Amino acid sequence: MAAPAITADRPARRQSIRSRLHGGDTVAHLVTWIFACSVLLVTIMLVWQLWSTSGLTRHKFGFQFLTGTNWDPVAGDFGGLPFIWGTVLTSVLALIISVPLGVGAAIFLAELAPARLSDTCTFLVELLAAVPSVIYGLLAIFTLVPLMHDYVDPFLKKTLGFLPLFQGPAYGGGYLTAGVILAVMTFPFIISISREALMEVPRDQREAALALGATRWESTIQVVVPFARLGILGSIFLGLARALGETMAVTMVIGNDPNIHLSLLAPGYTMASLIANEFAEANDALHLSALIEIALVLFLITIIINALARLLVIATRGKGTAHSA
Amino acid sequence: MNRLSYRKTVNLVMLTATGVCTFLTVSILFVILGYLVYNGGKSIDWDFLTKLPLPPGQDGGGMANAIVGSALMVGLGALLGLPVGFLGGIYLAEFSGKTFGFLVRYTADLLNGVPSIVIGIFAWALIVVPRHTFSALAGGFALSLMIVPITLRSTEQFLLNVPRALREGALALGAPKWKVVATVVVPAASKGILTGMILGVARVAGETAPLLFTALNNEFWPKGLDQPTAALPVMIYKHAIAPFDDWHRQAWAAGLVLLTMVLLTNIAARWIMGRGISAQKG
Repeated sequence: MAAPAITADRPARRQSIRSRLHGGDTVAHLVTWIFACSVLLVTIMLVWQLWSTSGLTRHKFGFQFLTGTNWDPVAGDFGGLPFIWGTVLTSVLALIISVPLGVGAAIFLAELAPARLSDTCTFLVELLAAVPSVIYGLLAIFTLVPLMHDYVDPFLKKTLGFLPLFQGPAYGGGYLTAGVILAVMTFPFIISISREALMEVPRDQREAALALGATRWESTIQVVVPFARLGILGSIFLGLARALGETMAVTMVIGNDPNIHLSLLAPGYTMASLIANEFAEANDALHLSALIEIALVLFLITIIINALARLLVIATRGKGTAHSA
Repeated sequence: MNRLSYRKTVNLVMLTATGVCTFLTVSILFVILGYLVYNGGKSIDWDFLTKLPLPPGQDGGGMANAIVGSALMVGLGALLGLPVGFLGGIYLAEFSGKTFGFLVRYTADLLNGVPSIVIGIFAWALIVVPRHTFSALAGGFALSLMIVPITLRSTEQFLLNVPRALREGALALGAPKWKVVATVVVPAASKGILTGMILGVARVAGETAPLLFTALNNEFWPKGLDQPTAALPVMIYKHAIAPFDDWHRQAWAAGLVLLTMVLLTNIAARWIMGRGISAQKG
């Protein structure tokens, strides 16, 4: 990397190393550059570690690791599908709940609420994002699980029981309960980023719609929201990435059952909670390698979702500034 | 006319619905706080803050070792992570070229999005395996990896917000760039940078997943960095899923302590920043 050399926008005369160092700029540049590089280095090492330490199962099972449904550490047979299924299903459930709620709240905060109320509510919602996930898990174990078991699950079985999604025994903990908790953990992201995206929409867009006789709602949903759609989509992806990687709260309520169930009320397992439960106790190399391969899969999924989300958010920021300038 | 009143009804219904969404989401914070204060308040006592845990089945005891252990590992994480994030942020804001800067920025964002449990595995492979022991060092290292991207991005943001005129003024006086950065730009952005750092540290203070198999757990006082060490979030997890009523009580108390610390830090950080912004405007 030739970067440190570029600082000198002085005349290109030959300087001794000593006089260059005297200015201090090269040193400052180099030192901060090293620290910035360490971020790259750590990330590369992370990927390499996950790749190399999961080599055992990658060679033994190949792509069958992703499609196998049997997870038996004792027999040395590892298939990751139940966990991938659990992770994806709980995250999708979370989004089904949190997207309407979050986007709705963001619309209220950006379009309707007075500035002070909007700022206060956003502050409170952002505090919600700061609550540690183990605390969500604690609350969920002792409040949400009994609530689901006593009221919500029986109600769903009675009204929607003809669907395979709501059949079979319900224990309170399970995919749906995990989805609800994840929804609460994702909507702070959706609200605060969507609100920002909505507030970046230029004022004249709204005024033009209102002047044409649109109601407030019509101007919002037909003009403002489409204008901010990339930012909103980005916020949803960020929420999704968080839901996919979330460990503790889910581990505490999902029931830890390594089988695939179609019923949302049944207990399941996610990739992150599998690692949380088995990693410290895993002793033989194959088991460890299988768990690390699960981590690799989880890592790749969240990285892809995150990368998409960031690109979307960057795209809207660019758009917003271009219009306001 | 009929069409108009239909549109007006839709308008009213949908706008009300968005208000309801806001109310629901905000009220969840108060439900969480209320429930935790109620249950935790019942359970917390002096013993909890000053005594060691007792074996399962015996009532009483506390989590003092976990509070110390958490402080130890979060402190270590901050010590390792904050300088890297801070200096890296300075590089991005002041020295970096376009392409390389984008690469570092994007990588930091991705690192920020890596599930914390995966960070835990990385720290395990890097420190626990070669040293053959779970340790506070590994836990602190895992936490520092989460602090770096947060600090880096917030430092960069706040440095970029410093008005150009300030830099140019200092450069025009003949100061070299490093001096301008160190004595003009960084002090001007110091409140924002500090806020970002505090928020980063507060975020990792509540992390459980990266500590599960790096620091593991311990029933006794932390005796050094190369020992398995207890942490408050891990204790909450272990106690909440155990089948003992007295452990549940302690989990609630620990939850209250942890949440109070995290929320207070958050509010304090935002308060510092609020003052910083008004000071700059005035």
